[in-house]
Amino acid sequence: MAIKTIGKHCKGCGVCVTFCPKQVLGLDALGKITIVDESKCITCKQCEMRCPDYAIFVEKK
Amino acid sequence: MAKVLLLQGNQACAEGAIAAGVTFFAGYPITPSTEIAEIMAKRLPEVGGKFIQMEDEIAGIGAIVGASLTGKKVLTATSGPGFSLKQEFIGYATIAEVPIVIANVQRVGPSTGQPTAPAQGDMMQARWGTHGDHPVIALTPASVPECFTLTIKAYELSEKYRMPVLLMLDEIIGHMREKIEIPDYDTIEKPVRKGPRVGPSEFKAYEPDSDGVPPMADFGTGYRYHVTGLVHDETGFPNGSAAATEKLLKRLHDKVERDIDKITMYEEYKLDDAEIAIVTYGGTARSAYAAIDMAREEGIKVGMFRLISVWPFPEKEIAQLAEKVKVIVVPELNYGQMVGEVKKAAEGKVPVKPMSKYDSEPISPKELLAFVKNL
Amino acid sequence: MEKLIEKYYRPRLPHIWCPGCGNGIVTSSIIKAIDKLGLDQDKTVIVSGIGCSSRASGYLNFDTVHSLHGRALPVATGIKLADPELNVIVITGDGDGTAIGGNHFIHTARRNINLTVILFNNNIYGMTGGQYSPLTPTDSKATTAPYGTLERAFDIAELAKAAGATYVARGTAFHANMLVDVIAKGISHDGFSLIEAVTQCPIYFGRQNKKGDASTMLKTQRDHAVTVEAAKKLSPEQLEGKFKIGVLHQSEAPEYTKQYQGIIDRAQKGAK
Repeated sequence: MAIKTIGKHCKGCGVCVTFCPKQVLGLDALGKITIVDESKCITCKQCEMRCPDYAIFVEKK
Repeated sequence: MAKVLLLQGNQACAEGAIAAGVTFFAGYPITPSTEIAEIMAKRLPEVGGKFIQMEDEIAGIGAIVGASLTGKKVLTATSGPGFSLKQEFIGYATIAEVPIVIANVQRVGPSTGQPTAPAQGDMMQARWGTHGDHPVIALTPASVPECFTLTIKAYELSEKYRMPVLLMLDEIIGHMREKIEIPDYDTIEKPVRKGPRVGPSEFKAYEPDSDGVPPMADFGTGYRYHVTGLVHDETGFPNGSAAATEKLLKRLHDKVERDIDKITMYEEYKLDDAEIAIVTYGGTARSAYAAIDMAREEGIKVGMFRLISVWPFPEKEIAQLAEKVKVIVVPELNYGQMVGEVKKAAEGKVPVKPMSKYDSEPISPKELLAFVKNL
Repeated sequence: MEKLIEKYYRPRLPHIWCPGCGNGIVTSSIIKAIDKLGLDQDKTVIVSGIGCSSRASGYLNFDTVHSLHGRALPVATGIKLADPELNVIVITGDGDGTAIGGNHFIHTARRNINLTVILFNNNIYGMTGGQYSPLTPTDSKATTAPYGTLERAFDIAELAKAAGATYVARGTAFHANMLVDVIAKGISHDGFSLIEAVTQCPIYFGRQNKKGDASTMLKTQRDHAVTVEAAKKLSPEQLEGKFKIGVLHQSEAPEYTKQYQGIIDRAQKGAK
C-alpha cells in the first residue's frame, strides 16, 4: 500500500482527515495534507473518494 | 436544372440556405419571419438535415451554436423582439468564433410594435445590440433574388471569418413576391469551413492563421478542444490577463477590418453624373429606383448608392461619394439610424439629409421624389 | 483515480473551486461513470452553462463547451440533434439550470432527447458570492436574503419527472460511489436523464447558514439521505427532513433524435 499526496492540489479542507477511520492523515503547519502514520492505512480509500481536490491517492501494493 | 419561380423573400432566404448547404435550423415562430422556419421544417429533412422548433428565441440560437460546433451550416430566423433575445448568443458566437447566420426580418418596434408592418429600425441593434465591443457583418437584400444570393454570401462570410453574420431583411423584402431564377443547387459552390491542418496533439484551438482566423475542428473528430465565452488565449482556455484580453479583442476586430474591401458590397444606380445621391438599403431601395427614374425624366440628376453590406459600414466609399455630389439623402424606415453613419463618413463635406419614415408604411417613390425636389 | 485524472482531465489542476467544495467530488464521479461505461473520449461532448459547477467542463479532456448562463441545454440539444452519434453530457448548477435555465430545463426534458444532465445542487449561487437560488431551502440566509429566503425551493427531481424526463436520480457528494452508479445509469439510458448531485458549498452557503465546515456538511448529507429502497420501509414521520437518493424514476418513451430520423426517412420518400 502507498499513499500519494499532491500538495499543489490540496486546499486543506480536512475532509480526508475527518473521514479516515484510522487517523492516518493530518494537516501540516501550512494547512495541507500530511501523512501521520501510513502503517495504519487499511486502503479503504475514503480519503481518495471524497478529496475534492484530487490531492490524495491510495494504491494497493 | 435551373428553374424560374415566383417566391417571397423569406422563401428565397430559406432556399438560399439550403443551396449553401445548411443542414440545421433551430428557431421560434415570430412574424414576419415565420415562413423561413416553416420552409426549413419541410425542406431540411428532405435533404437529410434537421429542423427543431425550440422553446424560445434564445434556445433557437443556442441550438444552432451547438450544431455549428459539429461542423454543420446553421440558420435561425427572427424578428424585432426575438432579435433582442438572440443578442446574448450573438456575443457568445462572436468571442467563441462559432459561424452562425441569423436572419432578422424587421418590423415596427419597439416591443410588439406593428408585427406585420415593415421597418428598418434594427440597423443599430444589428451593430450594437450585443454586449461588449465586437465587429459585425450584416447584409441587406433589396430583392427576392438577392435574398437567395446574399444568404449564400452570408455563409461564405460566416465560415471564412468564423463569426455570426446577420441577414437584415425587412417586412417589405421578406413578404414581397418576385420572379427568381434559381440555379441547380449542385452548381452552387458551397462555402467551406477551414479545418485544422495539424493533428490533435499539435492543435491549438484558437491559434490564428495569418488571416487572423483560427482553423476550426468539428466536435467528435478527436481534437477535444474547449469553447468558452470567457476571454481565452490561443489554447482556448480562459486567460484573464490584460495582454490576452487585448490580443483577443484586437484580433476579432482585425480579422474583419483587414478584409473590409472584400466584405463591402454596394450597388451604384445612375450615380455617374448625379448631383444628388440617395444612400439607402433593403426595401426602401425599391422605391429609390423608381423615384430616381421619375426624377431623371424631370431632368434632376439623382442616383443611388445602395448599401448591400451595411456592417462593417463602407466609410471609405461614402467619403468618396461625398466628394462627388452636392447633397446626400438617406431615406430609411426609422427615426434616423444609418444616416448617422453616412454623416460621420461624409465628414461635413456635403449636407446629409435624413428622410425618416416611421408610420408603418413604406416610403413611396412619389414621396421620395417630392423630398428630392424640395431639397 | 490518479490514472483517470491523467486520462480524462486536462493538465489544468488545481481547479478554481473553494476549499471543501464538493464540485470536485461530483466531477470525478462523472469521470468514473464515463470510464466505467468505456465511452469513446473523442465522441463524448461535455456542455456546461455558467457558474461554479459549469467550470468543470474546462478541466475535462473532451470536446467541451462552457456556454452561457442557463443555456447549456439548448447548445447541447443542437449538438446532439446535429450529430446523434455523440454522447452529450451536460453539467449545470441549481441557479444555472433551474432559474435562468428553467424554461430550457423543462422543455428539454419534455422532448426526451438523449442528454445526460448532472445538476450540481449546492443550494446557492457560489460564483457571484452567495445569492439564493430556486433550490435554496426556505428561510435560509443569502447575501440577497439577509433576513432569510421567503421562497419555496423546487424539488428538481419531481419537476424533471413531471416535465417528461425518462430517467431521474439523485446522489450526493458523500455517497460518491453511488453517485457514479446513478450517473452511469443515466448515460446508458436512451432519453433525457437528470441526475441531481447534492453537493456542499461550505463557503457561501455553509457559512451564512451555520452549516459547519465541508466535513460537517458531508456528514449532513450522510445523515439526511435515505436510499429509495430504505425509504420504502419508512413511515412518512420517519422520512420527515430526509431526502431520497438513488434512481427515483425511470420510464420508456421515444427518443427525440431517433424520432427525427423517422421524419427524415418520411420526407425523403416524399410522404408527409
